[in-house]
Amino acid sequence: MSLLEVSDLRVSFRTADGEVQAVRGVSFDLEPGRTLGIVGESGSGKSVCTQTLLGLTTGAKVTGSARFEGEDLLTMTEDELCSVRGARIAAIFQDPLSSLHPLYRVGWQIVEMIQAHEPVSRAVARRRAIDLLGSVGIPHPAQRIDDYPHQFSGGMRQRALIAMALALEPKLVIADEPTTALDATVQAQILDLLLRLQQEHGMALIMITHDLGVIAGLADEVMVMYAGRAAERADRRGLYYRAHHPYTNGLLESIPASSGAGARLRPIPGQPPSLIRLPSGCAFHPRCAFAMDRCRTEQPELAVVEESPRHTSACWLPPDLLGTNEQVKEDRRAASAAGRGGVVEEGAA
Amino acid sequence: MLRFLLRRLLSGVLVLWLISVFTFGLFFVAPGDVPRLICGRLCTQTQINLITKQLGLDQPILTQYWHFLDRLFHGDLGYSYYNSESVNTLIGQALPVTISLAIGAAVLWLVGGVSIGVISAVKPRSLLDRAGTILALIGLSMPSFLIGILLLYFLFFLLTTHGMDWFPPSGYVPITSDPVEWAHHLVMPWCALAFITAATYIRLTRNQMLEVLGEDYIRTARSKGISRRRVTIRHALRAALTPVVTQFGIDLATLLGGAIVTEQIFGLPGLGRLAVTSVVRQDQPVVIATVLLAAVFIVLANIVVDLLYAVLDPRVRLT
Repeated sequence: MSLLEVSDLRVSFRTADGEVQAVRGVSFDLEPGRTLGIVGESGSGKSVCTQTLLGLTTGAKVTGSARFEGEDLLTMTEDELCSVRGARIAAIFQDPLSSLHPLYRVGWQIVEMIQAHEPVSRAVARRRAIDLLGSVGIPHPAQRIDDYPHQFSGGMRQRALIAMALALEPKLVIADEPTTALDATVQAQILDLLLRLQQEHGMALIMITHDLGVIAGLADEVMVMYAGRAAERADRRGLYYRAHHPYTNGLLESIPASSGAGARLRPIPGQPPSLIRLPSGCAFHPRCAFAMDRCRTEQPELAVVEESPRHTSACWLPPDLLGTNEQVKEDRRAASAAGRGGVVEEGAA
Repeated sequence: MLRFLLRRLLSGVLVLWLISVFTFGLFFVAPGDVPRLICGRLCTQTQINLITKQLGLDQPILTQYWHFLDRLFHGDLGYSYYNSESVNTLIGQALPVTISLAIGAAVLWLVGGVSIGVISAVKPRSLLDRAGTILALIGLSMPSFLIGILLLYFLFFLLTTHGMDWFPPSGYVPITSDPVEWAHHLVMPWCALAFITAATYIRLTRNQMLEVLGEDYIRTARSKGISRRRVTIRHALRAALTPVVTQFGIDLATLLGGAIVTEQIFGLPGLGRLAVTSVVRQDQPVVIATVLLAAVFIVLANIVVDLLYAVLDPRVRLT
């Protein structure tokens, strides 16, 4: 049985300007001990998606189901959710500077978490907090435990938050852009730490990021999100070498290192769409170089593009056009021209 | 820390000295002839001269001020011009009344204002929130004498005319002679003062809470699986409270200097009333004493609030 099975999750918020459709039917599952990377631009619904699992989105309309170890997280009462949060599913958030309470000592905040779920004495919880801080690489944890967050550096704060997340050996850790606010060198350290801890504790990990580079060395599977929907889903190799969706290709080409030294970066043109007034058909079509007539009217569902490994993509382009090499691009252009009613050259498709 | 305290105390003393100079000087600038006021219409010049000499008003102003300072440093505030009671005694009688009034009201408005503020913030745009907002608006815009008079009308006049004399209209009973009667006499003034002041605290707490509830560390707290109640009180309110404490310190200190209107309406012989009567009668020693005392409260409150700030927020360093 999967650890987590999310199916047809939809989340919307009512605002003065209209209904914001933050997540529009996302499904995925996660096996114990595995890592799922969720990639997308800001506003793609990746954070809302996971915060909804923990019941942290207030005032949202949520439908669908999210079964965690067989129980639906979305129908749980607040009390039931409290026993899941922290103990079975822990979260690490983006900005370690603002994610720790500035007025409480770091140790106090970890002890609070332990004592919220386990009937242990303060002294025992404190002992464990010191061990945890040590295990995430904070030097002199017995002294630093009584520091306030502002006495920690950014990297140390994120380490402390990771220690807190791991305090109760959760089955699943959701890391929401855990390295975005950190220096590049610290980023690598934190990613290494997460990977090492995951291997030690055998927990599943959902890694949310806008940076494909971050999850390149980390994720077993990757889901690319766009405008509240999954655009493409594949294992790591499939996504990096045989991407199908033009949006995924765009993301890959905007990673500086992947274009090679001296090569021009090719950013995706345009802005992410408004989640209140979404484009018709495929939400990506206004920014897509390969948009066809059909893309403007019909919304594509995730469909298999490669049978093994299971690789799905929500795009009307023919399923066998995978990867980013020049020949495939040529073929895509041809297919797109055909879709727009243009003349297809013999053999190009 | 010690340097901070020393500097603040020194500047406080400077402020108090300036206030004493101004208040003292004002007395001589203001129109009015104190000896004649005291003596009455049918006074002879000899009597007036005698009174002037007795009060020391015939001496140069600087000499008078020097005598005042000299007495002050010996803990003696002089004598009232009118009933030749010592100012120390007058203040000693009025201060407990004002302290009783201020502290009772402060507890009421702090507890009431902060809880309504928290409830409003936890459920924004709910019925309770709107009720709290309306209450705050009424409290903010209603003059304090009006709420006093309304309370008197409903709780004293109407009830008494219907045979239910539950609340005394005025007067003060020292807590040392009868604690129950003390509270009984103060209930209405407490409510009146608390009602108008609580409004500020409802708004302040609500706004602070709303801001804090959107912070990342509140999301972290919620993701830890602690109860909503604990998140609201221990995490959010704790962070929202700092500016409330600041405001509270200053408000309480201001009130300790005397609540003129409320004391007047409910016939409480506190510092506010003492100040007003002595100003009207140009009873200079009493005026200076009440003004200086009020200033001392404010100066001290400011220092205490700054110290508290450092206690409440570990990021604050006193320098």
